[in-house]
Amino acid sequence: MASMTYRAALNEALREEMERDPDVFLMGEEVAEYDGAYKVSKGLLDEFGERRVVDSPISELGFGGLGVGAAMAGLRPVIEFMTFNFAFLAIDQVINAAAKMYYMSNGQFPMPVVFRGPTGAALQLSAQHSQACETYYAHAPGCKVVTPATPADAKGLLKASIRDDDPVAFMEGELLYNFKGEVPEDDDFVIPLGKAEVKREGADVSIITHGKMLHVALQAANKLEEDGVEAEVLDLRTVRPLDVDAILETVKKTNRAVYLEEGWSFLGVGAQVVTLIQEEAFDWLDAPVLRVTQADVPMPYAKNLEQLAKPNADRVVDACNKVLYR
Amino acid sequence: MAQTTAEPDQNAEQAEEAAPDINSARAADGHRWETRDVEDPFDHFGIPAEDARGLLADMLLYRRFEEKAEEAYAIGKIGGFCHLHIGQEAAAAGCIKPLRSEDYVVTAYRDHTQALAKGVEPEAVMAELYGRRDGASGGKGGSMHIFDKSVRFMGGHGIVGGQIPLAAGIGWKVHYREEDEVVVCFMGDAAVNQGAFHETLNMSAIWQLPVIYVVENNAYGMGTAFKRVSKLSVADRGKGYGIPCSSVDGQDVLATYAHFRDLVAGVREQGGPRYVDVQTYRFRGHSMSDPVSGTYRSKAEVKSATEHDDPIALLRDRLMDADELDQEALEEMDADARETASAAADFADESPPPDPEALYTHVWAEVNEHGRLFFDGRDRPEGL
Repeated sequence: MASMTYRAALNEALREEMERDPDVFLMGEEVAEYDGAYKVSKGLLDEFGERRVVDSPISELGFGGLGVGAAMAGLRPVIEFMTFNFAFLAIDQVINAAAKMYYMSNGQFPMPVVFRGPTGAALQLSAQHSQACETYYAHAPGCKVVTPATPADAKGLLKASIRDDDPVAFMEGELLYNFKGEVPEDDDFVIPLGKAEVKREGADVSIITHGKMLHVALQAANKLEEDGVEAEVLDLRTVRPLDVDAILETVKKTNRAVYLEEGWSFLGVGAQVVTLIQEEAFDWLDAPVLRVTQADVPMPYAKNLEQLAKPNADRVVDACNKVLYR
Repeated sequence: MAQTTAEPDQNAEQAEEAAPDINSARAADGHRWETRDVEDPFDHFGIPAEDARGLLADMLLYRRFEEKAEEAYAIGKIGGFCHLHIGQEAAAAGCIKPLRSEDYVVTAYRDHTQALAKGVEPEAVMAELYGRRDGASGGKGGSMHIFDKSVRFMGGHGIVGGQIPLAAGIGWKVHYREEDEVVVCFMGDAAVNQGAFHETLNMSAIWQLPVIYVVENNAYGMGTAFKRVSKLSVADRGKGYGIPCSSVDGQDVLATYAHFRDLVAGVREQGGPRYVDVQTYRFRGHSMSDPVSGTYRSKAEVKSATEHDDPIALLRDRLMDADELDQEALEEMDADARETASAAADFADESPPPDPEALYTHVWAEVNEHGRLFFDGRDRPEGL
């Protein structure tokens, strides 16, 4: 195991996949000369040259679509969005083109393209830079959604995403880039998509989550432990494909669940997970499944309001106590 | 010959003269391409009469094919939206026939004849319109989404302007692998008002992508005249990106073919991109559900265009005037076209609908070993 940041893990994954497959290239705003807005692509321009690490104009729709066309023609593009908040400008190409191309061409054009960048809030970036965007992409058949929360997951899942023949929205977190963790030193460390991981074992209540909320879930579990409650934390890691077996397994183990997500509640990822639980594990439940999400408001700027809007460990603890009838 | 402006920053007056924003089809505007009146058009454009006869046969097929589709639509064999290319056949033949088989074509939703021109089998195109198993896209795409990877016909895209960045991506592949293929990207005139158009032209220019952006300028975006929603002409809208721009008489297949023959050779040798305003006219409504004329254009305008600017009649008359085609040969050519179109319709009629299991195939190229991809709770074929 090597200790490294989430940023370095992504960088390694990109480097290894570009070395492995000459059809992989990286394109986006600031990815080359500037080393990436968040330095994820640091050093790649020097190593691979400007044909494979490409600074784009600020034209999300244009270069997002260019990635789709390049995938149609047989390349494996990695398209970086500075944040998924900016990718709304490109969503026509992701949903109408990438996610539907394989189907409407009757299987003639697989879409091995990765759209990656941070999703969700950082600190005081306010309404247009703080949105969690997973739901938009996970909603559409044909688009996979991957949300790693740790350096190891970031590396293993990015490698799997680049190798996958479907379009993948690979969603990172601004606040995660400096987060350090252990990453296996295997030079071909790949984590299959669709495999959730129990990040903490517990028998009393399940906190199910994805993306950077994993860390909030773990904080909440620590607080609950002080109170004598053993929470199990299940990190979905990929939203679609969704590891339904792992969800049902933890629910059947603890009989109580809370879904924690960074985005809004209405039609959110948690809404889907709760539906699955009630459809497929109803008899195992000892309490309704609750959700902890962002407040149903655009993200405010003021520090205190932002804190109020975001989900946090205390809200998760409260929700767990509710489903435990404590 | 086509009128070319190499650089975008010529003075506006000159540019306007070179590229009238009203195309020749609207006789009322009085513009007439000089090349319509050249004495020996085959010599002028450097196209032997033999090859011109081939272009006439191609365009006749496109016409008869679309008429067959029109007929099938009227009796309910074709559903949904169906955008016919009748009147614009010279754009399909003239822009695509100069290409090699390994070159790429990507287009919008008025895509039937472009597919035929690139080499998609008429049976496969018609069966797709019918929504049948043997359609080019297995019946899952329909009229607007014809795809045939084997002949590098890259679709068939339904969002106005959505195909433009795709063309740049295909061109990027050619550039990336240092190949010499050329990409032709069709769009309608209305697409030049989409952001995707401007973003893509800029990127294509930066990276000199080998793409020829072709505006099939039929003067109307559905029922809105281009000049009502755009201050500048179609030709001028391509300027500002450092891309060589030109206009061509898109009803004159010889002019169009000759222009594209030169453009394609140029792009193959020197890289791209290029931008071409192909001035044409649609003889039918925007789609089968829309009127041919009415609030947005007059009957007289359409009548004038069909009488004076029919690309098939124009070439036919030229060949006949030069004694390169007689009535008998023309009738034979037309009979062949009708027969191919009829055979395509018969084939489509006999092709079964897609297997119900096809509902769930090709949603995902890779069904991962772990996790669920479908959430509708319905039964699906094994392995999905």
